[in-house]
Amino acid sequence: MNSQAKKLDCDLMIIGTGMAGMAAALFAARSGLKTVQAGISGQIGFASGLIDLLGVHPAAEGRVVENPWQGILRLCRDEPDHPYARMEISAIEKAVHTFLGFLGESGYPHVFNKDRNVKMPTPAGTLKPTYALPHTMARGPAALAEAKPCVIFDFRGLKGFSGRQIASHLAGTWPGLRWARLDFPEAAGELYTERMARALEAGQIRKRLISEMIPRLDGAQIAALPAVLGISDTLGVTEDIEKSLGVPVFEIPTMLPSVAGTRLQEKLGQGLGAMGVRTFFQHTVDKAARCANGGWTFEMGTGPVRARVFARAAVLCTGRFFGKGLHADRHGIRETVFDLPVVQPESRACWHHKDLWHPAGHPVNRAGLAVDDRFRPVDAGGKPVYPNLFAAGSILAHQDWMRQKCGSGLAIATAYGAVNACVDLLA
Amino acid sequence: MQTRVLIIGAGATGTGLARDLSLRGVDCIVVEKRDVNAGASGGNHGLLHSGARYIVSDPAAARECHAENQLLRKMAPHCIEKTGGLFVAVQGDDENYVSNFPDACRRWGIPVRAVDPKEARRMEPALSPRIIAAFQVDDATVDPFKLSLDNIADARGRGCRLLRYSRVTGFEMDGRRICRTRVTDALTGRVHRVEAEMVINAAGAWADIIAGLAGVEMKIRRSKGSLLVTQNRLTRRVINRLRMPTDGDILVPGGTVSILGTTSERVDSPDNIYPEIREIDSIIEQGAAMLPELATTRYIRAYCGVRPLPEGRGKDRQGDDRSVSRGYELIDHAMGPEGIDNFITITGGKLTTFRLMAEKTADLVCRRLGVKAACQTRSRPLPDTVDARWTEPGLAPDTWLRKNVAGDPLLCECEMVPRSVVNEIVGTIRRQDGHPGLKAIGLRSRIGKGPCQGTFCSQRIAASLYDDGHLQGREGICELRSFLKERWRGQQPLLWNKSLAQAELQEAMHCGLFALELEPSAGNKPAEPPEMP
Repeated sequence: MNSQAKKLDCDLMIIGTGMAGMAAALFAARSGLKTVQAGISGQIGFASGLIDLLGVHPAAEGRVVENPWQGILRLCRDEPDHPYARMEISAIEKAVHTFLGFLGESGYPHVFNKDRNVKMPTPAGTLKPTYALPHTMARGPAALAEAKPCVIFDFRGLKGFSGRQIASHLAGTWPGLRWARLDFPEAAGELYTERMARALEAGQIRKRLISEMIPRLDGAQIAALPAVLGISDTLGVTEDIEKSLGVPVFEIPTMLPSVAGTRLQEKLGQGLGAMGVRTFFQHTVDKAARCANGGWTFEMGTGPVRARVFARAAVLCTGRFFGKGLHADRHGIRETVFDLPVVQPESRACWHHKDLWHPAGHPVNRAGLAVDDRFRPVDAGGKPVYPNLFAAGSILAHQDWMRQKCGSGLAIATAYGAVNACVDLLA
Repeated sequence: MQTRVLIIGAGATGTGLARDLSLRGVDCIVVEKRDVNAGASGGNHGLLHSGARYIVSDPAAARECHAENQLLRKMAPHCIEKTGGLFVAVQGDDENYVSNFPDACRRWGIPVRAVDPKEARRMEPALSPRIIAAFQVDDATVDPFKLSLDNIADARGRGCRLLRYSRVTGFEMDGRRICRTRVTDALTGRVHRVEAEMVINAAGAWADIIAGLAGVEMKIRRSKGSLLVTQNRLTRRVINRLRMPTDGDILVPGGTVSILGTTSERVDSPDNIYPEIREIDSIIEQGAAMLPELATTRYIRAYCGVRPLPEGRGKDRQGDDRSVSRGYELIDHAMGPEGIDNFITITGGKLTTFRLMAEKTADLVCRRLGVKAACQTRSRPLPDTVDARWTEPGLAPDTWLRKNVAGDPLLCECEMVPRSVVNEIVGTIRRQDGHPGLKAIGLRSRIGKGPCQGTFCSQRIAASLYDDGHLQGREGICELRSFLKERWRGQQPLLWNKSLAQAELQEAMHCGLFALELEPSAGNKPAEPPEMP
């Protein structure tokens, strides 16, 4: 440590800035805990914008879930080790709706049917089952269900998003779907969704885009665009475009990372700051030590600017391999901050199937931290490793969020469970 | 369809034979059940052997390798990088082998120069400090895809026809002759019949299966070899371990990467083979003895090929497959008990000797056909064609940077392959009446070969193919699924550290968001939706 180091005291340290870390920080702040959060910013930028609860169960059968709540009940019966099974269903519901409520209050409302998943078109032309959608995307599933005459606008220079691909793929189920290619105003060459989304917050550019869209509507009752309808002011951008076009619009998600993730990062980052959460978004926690009094000391940072935090408890939300919460070498998997025991297949030979699309999913994706009902990581004997260390999100074992389509729900619900357990402990 | 010679298999031998015969004015058709170099010709090191590797086990093959190596440097310089090579022994290696090696090389006319181990480490700093002996040899590297694509392109320019995705499913006999060959189009299921005066079985590891269709019993040993591709190039030269050949003892540079291998495992079938984790771990552990960095460097891909080793040439039939001759075998089925007058099999051999194998086969074919023309591939350089242009690492980025055209976005960012290059390749495939799918584009370029292994470029290229009308309906889903599945074969044994994180991102997008795993893999073709005016 050097003289530039910052020293802080808090009740709860949240390690990680993905969906789970952000949700945990929100719940902690709402519970009145003095909270510090650290991690490399940008993890949540890989969110697609779709808030999944449970889209597929049983995953091995590829069965799409109609009612996510009934699906979760069945999942908890079939997979009693699944992190969802650590909670009451009412708590999962509370968690998700509290989180979405916050986004709504922040000017980025989400839309969902209480008891029904919807199907959202993707850039590959597939339909993805999901629960809640940002208001910018919300009109898509109904337009699909009603097969409304629709035009998908795409842009010359925006890679990986082809209206023709989506329309061509959905032609059988959505006969009124067409496509049209536009030039994005005041841009040449390659386009990036974040720049497009920020540009569209300027009235001038928006107006020019609208004037390009109008003549190509040709009787469409709804229009689709890639996810670029603003970052901070999605409500204003969407409303203005819909009013000028005279038809509703909806976004189709883009390849990752997407602006939907950037929006969440912005809304949550600002909201957490306003609620008094001390955030270190460019810092990796690289030292964790237990103090004599049972609390934790963390050190973090890059380069000379480092910070030291004393915390009474901690929630680990560092994600999996991509998020760097887990690390694998040729011989095994370890947890990177506390070296916690990791539930994992016997050897690397069992990590993946030889078929990428194997319906059972790859066993390594179910590796991770096993936790007790209070979301404390446990050892092989099922005993909590530390009384005041909790874990949430995709780092948890016994789930496969990518195949089960439960990433956001799992992150938010387990963050809620972990923070509540922490509140009880600290009370 | 009618032709004088039907060649089965578009590997190095089949495409080389097509060029040789075309140069002699003999009309031919090449049928290939998948695509060019789909078998062992695409699943090897890309090493142009100096011959020294086989100097103890098979000196005759060693001499052939040396002679062909020298010839190909002149005839196909654009496919070859004259890297040179080193043989190195490390502490603990068999000292008798080391001391016999230079004499054996000299006895068989293979140039070799002893290098002080310190000097060797100055030449190649990645070498282990535990090197005890080093010899410099004339190894070089060859791009096998460029080689075969150029051979077939030159042959096509002279009238040869190539039928990709065309599987031989039967022979119609008339006494001692094959009068027609049944060929099934793998994409449409349609059956064609090819009438040819001679039928040449150049099916590599599938040679016995093809022979079996003609009622000929042929035994070949199938020896699978697995290889790994590093993210960065680790040496300038080819590095060989100076000992009896075993796992993980050759490191071959290839453009911007290095390729480490190989193994030798007997397999029963040439289909559905995978590089296995135990092989990968063995290769890395063995390789790290020569170059310690191999234990920690990032690997981006593994692959394997099946060597067809003709049965009956091995000195020790019970022994290791490595002791089986790497020489080739040319079988005239008119002479055997089967007695088929117009059927020839060419099998075994090495990439290095493909031209010689093609020449000897063409000589026999021409004798049978009464064609007097002599072989020209010894003197006539292989043309550098556009068909094979984009397999070279670094060429697409150079061209793209030089041209710097706005509106020509990079579809593959890892290997910097722009849309214009993809379109050029699509045009080439179209001209060959092929279907420009992602795998076919991948074979002819660097797409999907960088660290992201197709995570991003697959969807970007699919979108671009839809934009231009090359894909319709559900075809894109099938393309994405099959391309990523193929890439996965080479990724799955190497998934730790950053590669595992990358694979997770790939699955997050393609399963988590696109839900591709829920899609049926078979396609259909609904009507095209209209573009808005």
